[in-house]
Amino acid sequence: MPDALDRTLIVMPAFNEEASVGRTVGEVLRELPGVHVLVVDDGSSDSTAEVATAAGARVLRLPFNLGVGGAMRAGFRYAVANGYSIAVQIDADGQHDPAGVPALLDKLAEADVVLGARFAGEGDYQSAGPRWWAMKLLATSLSRLAGTRLTDTTSGFRASGPKALVLFAEHYPAEYLGDTIEALVIALRAGCVVRQVPTAMRERAAGVPSHNPFKSAVYLGRAMLAMVFALMRPASTFRTGVSE
Amino acid sequence: MSVTSYIFGILAALGTLVVVVEMLRRRRLRERHAFWWLLAGVLALIVGIFPITLDWAAQAIGIAVPVNLVFFVSIAILFLVCIQASAELTTLESKTRVLAEQSALQDLRIRALEEELLGREAP
Repeated sequence: MPDALDRTLIVMPAFNEEASVGRTVGEVLRELPGVHVLVVDDGSSDSTAEVATAAGARVLRLPFNLGVGGAMRAGFRYAVANGYSIAVQIDADGQHDPAGVPALLDKLAEADVVLGARFAGEGDYQSAGPRWWAMKLLATSLSRLAGTRLTDTTSGFRASGPKALVLFAEHYPAEYLGDTIEALVIALRAGCVVRQVPTAMRERAAGVPSHNPFKSAVYLGRAMLAMVFALMRPASTFRTGVSE
Repeated sequence: MSVTSYIFGILAALGTLVVVVEMLRRRRLRERHAFWWLLAGVLALIVGIFPITLDWAAQAIGIAVPVNLVFFVSIAILFLVCIQASAELTTLESKTRVLAEQSALQDLRIRALEEELLGREAP
């Protein structure tokens, strides 16, 4: 869908990612010609902003660290204010393959939010132990809510269509895990359609994922809490169709 | 109850009230934050001056040991103050977040405008 690309904004939250952001931006611009990339510098203390600018991205510099959710909401607000109708989140660490973006955009024809799912057959991403159970449990509960099979609800690789964009510009949660799970619940309760497409996921270009069982337990607890509270929140507080 | 402990109770309540009122007067504290502290101070003063009111109140509710009523009311007031402070903190955090986003968006816009201006000035 080349015509959709110039209405699409790639939002890339980055916190101290000078080692990988330049390469990732370059790869996105190569794979998706004509697309605009907005790097949201989430209060980095290194040269993330300079590297991203040099690589050809526009850079939104937050004055201090807001977390991934905070950075994404700033990105959504930028997208709404500048007339984009689609926003695609790609992590700056290079674990999301920009070649998967067209598949996400195609699926947006029938959905408002499309997730790039890691466990849906493609790629070699592995997860085990308590962390896997946590993801499985979340996926099962959210699948029921969405009325479709979702296998990877914590995926950061996702595309948001016009309806979700306006909703997220106002309501994207900043809390830990809010940016993945709670955001999905908000979208579903506001009447958005959520679908997933399988995507290949690569090893992170920098940094190591944690496999500490205690941390996994904490992760599961917080994730469940985030979901329960997102479900309990009054649906009337979600505004769509109003920007800014 | 001895005369000293009677006076001590009244002085403690007066001290609390003076601190709260003084902070209100200097605008270090807003009324809506000071409400629970004022209430606590006034109640303590009443009970300090007329200890019999505590016995009446305890009897009316059915608490056998009047001092337990003091503990209950104190803890309840502290709890309410804490909840109010947490709620205010949440509001402030979300306002700060909006301001941070706004300043970042405006910073980007200013830089874009500056670039455009520079491009126009240079032939």
